[in-house]
Formats: sequence, structure tokens, C-alpha cells
Amino acid sequence: MLKIDRVTKVYKVGTFGGDEMTAVRDVSFDVNPGEVISLIGESGSGKTTVGRMILRLASVSGGSITYNGVDISTLKGRKLKSYYADVQGVFQDPFSSYNPIFKADRVFKMIKDAYFPGMSKAEWRSKLGASLEAVTLDPVQVLNKFPHQLSGGQLQRLLIARALLLDIRILIADEIISMLDASTRIDVLNLLGELKSRGLGIIFITHDLSLGNYISEKTVILRRGLIVEMGATEKVFGNPTHPYTKMLLASVPQLHRKWDEVAKELEVSDDLLIDPDAAKRVYESVGEILAPDALDSVLVETESDHVVRYSPEEAKEKMKSPAKEKKKSPPARKRG
Amino acid sequence: MTRSDQKHDGLATGASTAAVASGAAGGAAVDVPSPKVRTINRRFEFLYFAIRNNKLILGLSIVIICFLIAIIGPLLAKYSPFQYTTSYWSPPSSRHWFGTTQDGRDVYAQFAAGMRSAFLIGTIGGVIASVVAMLVGFTAGYRAGIVDEILSMVTNIFLVIPAFAVLLVIAGFLHNVSIPVEGLLVGLLSWPWAARALRAQTFSLVARDFIGMARLSAQNSWRIIFREIAPNMSSYLFMMFILLFGGAILISATIDFIGLGPQFTFTLGKMMNEAQTNSGLLLGMWWWFIPPGIAITAIVGGLYIMNVGLDEVFNPRLREM
Ligand SMILES: Nc1ncnc2c1ncn2[C@@H]1O[C@H](COP(=O)(O)OP(=O)(O)OP(=O)(O)O)[C@@H](O)[C@H]1O
Ligand SMILES: [Mg+2]
Repeated sequence: MLKIDRVTKVYKVGTFGGDEMTAVRDVSFDVNPGEVISLIGESGSGKTTVGRMILRLASVSGGSITYNGVDISTLKGRKLKSYYADVQGVFQDPFSSYNPIFKADRVFKMIKDAYFPGMSKAEWRSKLGASLEAVTLDPVQVLNKFPHQLSGGQLQRLLIARALLLDIRILIADEIISMLDASTRIDVLNLLGELKSRGLGIIFITHDLSLGNYISEKTVILRRGLIVEMGATEKVFGNPTHPYTKMLLASVPQLHRKWDEVAKELEVSDDLLIDPDAAKRVYESVGEILAPDALDSVLVETESDHVVRYSPEEAKEKMKSPAKEKKKSPPARKRG
Repeated sequence: MTRSDQKHDGLATGASTAAVASGAAGGAAVDVPSPKVRTINRRFEFLYFAIRNNKLILGLSIVIICFLIAIIGPLLAKYSPFQYTTSYWSPPSSRHWFGTTQDGRDVYAQFAAGMRSAFLIGTIGGVIASVVAMLVGFTAGYRAGIVDEILSMVTNIFLVIPAFAVLLVIAGFLHNVSIPVEGLLVGLLSWPWAARALRAQTFSLVARDFIGMARLSAQNSWRIIFREIAPNMSSYLFMMFILLFGGAILISATIDFIGLGPQFTFTLGKMMNEAQTNSGLLLGMWWWFIPPGIAITAIVGGLYIMNVGLDEVFNPRLREM
């Protein structure tokens, strides 16, 4: 349905726009109906940028994004409008998503004016009511208010309700859970599950691994704009292969287990346990492997539906190893 | 939960606490103050600070008085500005409130007409400059990229060319300009600083997510500019217009004083030009040049004082409290 193909985003930075900063590099994945994909990565890894490119709020610097076979960068006017009837997003920062000088429900009015101009008032009211109910908001509490009179969680759920007014196929949910308290969090997660069963494709952007694990079929781990590991969620989480993924998983606090048990299981060496600085060094060396100049690193398919980034030497090794020879599929992608 | 393997069931515990939390939260629905009250409070707040701001009150009073003179003044004049009477050189009297010129024309009639011209030219020049500044500033800030580079270059060119010299050349070349034409010329040359300021403001607003939301709602660029961006700087736009309005009056007065302004309409600048060329100053005819001088100072000064006051009202950080 939605195909992200070797997408790169370069921002011009610096006083005179002389320097460049690659926020997303060579990212590829597909979104299919009824599928939730988590985009996981630390702050600044480029998750939001990927979402904004899919929503056409940022242009792509390289590669392409196609929706039902059409390159979305070519869309204009009415075609763009019908793209937005199918693909919608909820942004990370709910406070910035509302024009502060207007009432918050203006976001609904914009949808009505653009997509349902002829709908009767009563019909619209019941449609809106259903949407608000889906995100467990009480219309009396949230309608006819200014953004500063609502909480971040309420604002964020209003945005989800807004997206639900349209019969969308793809939802980009950028950190929509982090603002919510535990109870509404479950409501929204359940709602996403229901949308998924209705056939929506959901791109779930988060830095919370357990949330990603809970909800998604596919997981994409991003670091500094590069995919380091990607595949079926149970494979990425069950058999984390890249050192960065391992470290992410190891750093999730787990209630019933001690750090050393976790570390043992993830094959983190003992000195990390004794010496916190050593852990930091490993972290940094992982960074080095993936430093922006490591352009020749490649994604290798280690098992079906599971790709991992390796440096070229490691990749060669992997491909020679007997385990790999059984597999028909060669390395997923190489940089050209 | 679909894949609750023992490693990553952090969320399962989260879910059970959630159930407890929802029970607790259910009872404690907090009353949100009704939106109406808050809206009134917001407007009331503006008025509250507005009527307590001495600069705003002072500036606004001066401008309103001048405006009333411009509206009512000409109706009270007993002579036409170009009409020659038989009393020459006479100081203010009950017949000629502001006295007469050396060739017997009524200074009050000229002054009242000049006040009207001042407001007319301020409006025309201010509106034209504001429109151009908004078109250029909004487009450059919203489109960014190459469009911005071109528009910024044009703006900078207009900013560095000596606008006043160009105005003099054009005005001299056109000979007898009318008030609207003069206003147009002044407007077309005084927008650049405003365009630059608007561009910078637009840049910072475009980065906000609500602009993205509007795009996702299939709003086109003009709607976004005029319904999302512009309303966010309404106070700023208002102050910009006031400055451009005052600027147009001042520039046109200078052109008229040099003698390149309209020939068949009276302006304050033209009055001062005639007083000057007919040696009114040397002959001690203070009633001839003092009223237009005071009027120009009052209008322009009043507008600037008002602007400083407005700035304080709109911008809480500047309030001295
Ligand atoms: N408009 C921009 N101009 C220049 N650089 C940008 C711009 N937007 C994002 N970046 C940079 O791109 C990188 C990726 O940013 P992005 O917002 O995608 O991160 P993220 O993964 O969403 O992080 P977070 O978890 O904090 O939301 C960051 O280093 C950021 O500084
Ligand atoms: Mg982000």
C-alpha cells in the first residue's frame, strides 16, 4: 500500500545553509493494510522526519515514497487532497498542533469544510460524537474550548478523533502515547488495535520499546537516520542481533528481573556490569560503527523477515557462514 | 496481549496499574472553567491594560483630535484654500482664524484641507505599503527556498536604494502629482522593512505543527497564510500599519515641502513650502508655518507614541508593572 524506498532526508543547516545534516538515510520499508509498524529509536534518530516525509510535510532528498503505486511527491491539488483523505497523522507535540488563537475544535471544522461540505449539521454532530467517543473524550468537556484550556492528552486525543473523521487507510502516530496517563493509554492502544483490525496500516513512532513490542507486527530500529535492525517484531525482540538493539533492550527496566540477569541473557559481557563506563564505551563504539561516514555498512537478512546492519567485513563473514548458505535470499540491500 | 513473552512484559504491569488508576481518576472529574468566561477575560485583559497605558491613551487622543480636525475642519472653513481675500498679511483674527497669507488667502482653510490630505495620503500609502509588505513577506516566509531567496533579494534592493531620492526624481518627473498618485509612490517605496519583519515572523510560525495540521486538512497556501498565520500576528500587522501610515505622511510632507507635491490640492507640506518660498519666516508670519508644522509633528508623533503604547499592551513583558 505505502512503500518507502531508500528514502533520504538532508537538511541544510548552519548560518548560510552551507552545512548539511542527514537526518534520514536510505530508509526502506512497506506499510500494508492491517499492519502496525513501530519506528523505534532514540531522540534525534529521524523518526519524526520519516513521518513528516510520508505526510508530505517535508520533501524527500533521495529515494521515493509511493502510495498505491503513485509517487506522492507528484501529488498536487485535488490528488493531494484525496491522498490526505487516506493518509493522516497525529503529531508528537499536541500543544504546537493547534493554532493558539482559535478554539481547539477548529481542527474538526477544517475537515468538515474540506471533505464534508454538504453534510447536514445533525449528521456531522453525530459523526463527530462517534469520533470523540472512540477516543473516550466527553464532547462537553472538550468542545468549544481554547487549546490552553485543554490538557496535552486531551489535545492529542482530539487529533486522533480528527483523523478518524476521515475514512483513512494509514495513520502516522508520532509518540501519541507518551502524553497520556496510564488509563487513557490503554484506551488509545485498544483503539489502535481496533483500527488495525479494520484494515488500517499504522506507523507507530515511539522510543518506548515495550509499547512497540506490544502493538506492532513489524519493528524498525532507527539510529542516526539509519535502519540498524528491522523485521517481524517477535524476531527483532526475540533475537536482537545488532549491538544497538541489544543495548536498547537491556536498558528497558524490568520489574521482576535484575540487570545482571538481563545482561547475561543478552550476552552483554561481564565488565559492563562492574564498570558503568564500559557500558558507555560500548554504546559509543556502536555509535562509531554507525557513524555517518560508515556509508558502506549494509543490511543483511539474517533470517526470513529480519534484517540487521553490518559493517562490510562482518557482512561478508555472515554471507560466507554455513547458516547463511541455506538461505536463498541474498543481503537485503546494499548501498550503491 | 499478543506476544507477551517473559522478557518484555513491562507493559502488562503497566496495564494493571492503569486499571487501578482509571478507577481513581473516574471520580475526580475536574471542573474546567466555562470557555465563555475565559474568552471575555482575555479581551477584558487587553482593555484593562489598554486603558491603563498612558502612552496609548495620549497617542490615541492626539491622533483622534487630528482626525476630527481633518473631518470637520474643512466644513467650518469660510473660504476656499485658493480664494484670494482682500486682507493680506493679517495675523489670526475672528474673520481669519489662522490669519492670511501675504497674497490674502485664508490659512485656516489651507490648514484644514492639508489635514484632510495628510490622512488621505497616510491611508493610501499605508495600505499600499502594508499590502505589498504582506504579499512579499508572507510568500517569502511561507514558500522558503528559492522563492524566498528571490523575494529577499528584491526586498534588500528596495531597502538599500535611496527611496527618497527615487521619489524626488519620480515626483519631479511627473510634475503635478495628485494625492492618490503621491500616496501610491510613497507606498510602493516604503514597504521593505515591513516585508522583512513579516518574513521573519512567518518563518517562525510555519515551523509550528498547526501549519502541518492545516496542510493535512487540505487547506491551500493562501488559506493557511491568511487564516492561520496572519491572525497570529494581527497585533503586529496593526502596529506595522500604524508605522507605515505615519511614515507615508512624513515622507509626503517632505516631498511637498520641497515643492514636488500636488499643485492643486493643499497639503501641510505645501503650506510650509509656500510660507518658505514667500519669505513668511523672514516676515515673521508665524501663523503661516507654525500650524502645519505642529500638525505634522502631532500626527506622526501621536502615531509613534500610540505604537509604543500598543507594543506594551500586546507584549506583556514590556509592561512596567
Ligand atoms: N527542519 C529541520 N532543519 C534541520 N534539522 C532538522 C529539522 N528537523 C529535524 N532536524 C534534525 O533531524 C534529526 C532528526 O529529527 P527528528 O525530529 O526526526 O528526530 P526524532 O527521531 O523524531 O526524535 P524525538 O524522539 O526526539 O522526537 C535531528 O537531529 C534534528 O535536529
Ligand atoms: Mg520526533
